Amino acid sequence: MRPAHAWLALQAVTSREVAKFVRQGGRLASALVRPLLWLVVFAAGFQNVFGVSIIPPYDTYIPYQTYIVPGLLGMVLLFNGMQSSLAMVYDREMGVMRLLLTAPLPRWYLLFCKLLAGTLLSVLQAYVFLAIAALFEVEVPFSGWLYALPVLVLSGMMLGALGLLLSVNIRQLENFAGTMNFVIFPMFFISPALYPLWKLEESGAAVIHLLATWNPFTHAVEATRFALHGQVAVQSLAIVAGCLVAFFLLAAWGYDPQRGMLKRTGKPG
Amino acid sequence: MTIVSTAAGQDAQAGEASAAAGEVLLSVRGVRKSYGARPALKGVDLEVCAGEFVALLGPNGAGKSTLFQLLTGLFNADAGEVRVCGQDMRVAPVRALGRIGVVFQQMTLDMDLSVEANLVFHARLHGIGGAQARERIADALGRLGLAERRGDRVRELSGGNRRKVELARALVHRPSVLLMDEATVGLDPASRRHLLDEVLALRASGVGVLWASHLVDEAEVADRVLVLHKGELLAQGTPAALVAASGCATLAEAFLKLTGSGQAVEPA
Repeated sequence: MRPAHAWLALQAVTSREVAKFVRQGGRLASALVRPLLWLVVFAAGFQNVFGVSIIPPYDTYIPYQTYIVPGLLGMVLLFNGMQSSLAMVYDREMGVMRLLLTAPLPRWYLLFCKLLAGTLLSVLQAYVFLAIAALFEVEVPFSGWLYALPVLVLSGMMLGALGLLLSVNIRQLENFAGTMNFVIFPMFFISPALYPLWKLEESGAAVIHLLATWNPFTHAVEATRFALHGQVAVQSLAIVAGCLVAFFLLAAWGYDPQRGMLKRTGKPG
Repeated sequence: MTIVSTAAGQDAQAGEASAAAGEVLLSVRGVRKSYGARPALKGVDLEVCAGEFVALLGPNGAGKSTLFQLLTGLFNADAGEVRVCGQDMRVAPVRALGRIGVVFQQMTLDMDLSVEANLVFHARLHGIGGAQARERIADALGRLGLAERRGDRVRELSGGNRRKVELARALVHRPSVLLMDEATVGLDPASRRHLLDEVLALRASGVGVLWASHLVDEAEVADRVLVLHKGELLAQGTPAALVAASGCATLAEAFLKLTGSGQAVEPA
């Protein structure tokens, strides 16, 4: 694979995804409404219920809104990653993936291009959310904006790769919503997105606490939390990177265009 | 069933002409494919040479689309090999795919992008960018009479023009082999004829064409016709040779005799 060819293919896939995103005018709004409701409504109502003690990376008491912003950024990445995989199942059912997969490039690279394109959109949406959050007096230092970029990219890729892996194993579009219920909500709620993990431990939910420590989304949220505070959470980043590699390798290994096409047409011609 | 061999007479002439025209661009040897217990292709052999238009004629469910999935590397064969310009599809898929242009039975254009944007997307996937892409896209669209429509969204085009855009897209990277999988489905007779004429004209530039169809009149203009039925090649030869071998008056009757009765037809 020539580097120039690889670059052109990446450009092709990315610009197409961006064009689709721009075309679907309401997509940005719908991606932002969900976390903004949590930030503006939920956090306002519960800020006195969920007291947050001083835990790393914070060196002082913080408002609840500040606490949940990393989790809500994770929510943007998580939903977008899953939406990308939904789009991929749709493309596969509609036959559009065939065009991509008959390009003279390794199949893993074409999937990687899809992953990068989806991540680009995820990260852009995350930054738009962060900018809106700033309007609601969620303070993020300038260094936090910079530190967050590689973490959001890595986390977005990891969650996108998870979506890719799911799309490999989802045979029909109709099965997608059900699968998502078993992925998105458990990942989000069994994590420190809305409350610190020590609260789970303290309340005796040992199993849920254990699950949360094994949840890759937990580490994406924690890595983002530290980054927004101008710090690096090395262990969490390593886990996110490891999960990214594992999910992507499994997805690339398991991707079989035959599966979707046979399901769609019912029978081969 | 026995495969009709039409190596004699008119077919021999055609074979010599093909050999003289150039190398074998597409070679399929002993390809088998099953879906569970149901066989879709039962050991198919075929060749397409440079500058040759080969029609793959078969009723619905004959295995044409399965064969196309194998030729484009989307499916893996259970046995046999597919070679494009000498490159084995299983061993060197990237090189093999670089020499193929495909028009799928199902439309694969992005309806909301412009004609040109669809072609740019394809060109980039084939490693062609910048001025070279612009030049080739202009050339392909000009050849198919679509230069004026380059900025239009695909959604605004007629079915016939959409198919032409797909053909233009398949030609942007200047493939050696063009695969057309029932590309005229849903088109009116005039659009069908126009598309067929455009593809026939490609022979002059040395492109080898494999044209799958279940419409006999599209096969009548081919250099060679392959009759596929229930995963087997029943006959191959020039249209005239097939008609003569069948003892029928027309290619349509010969096709019906081959696929309807299921009996072998001896060469004339």
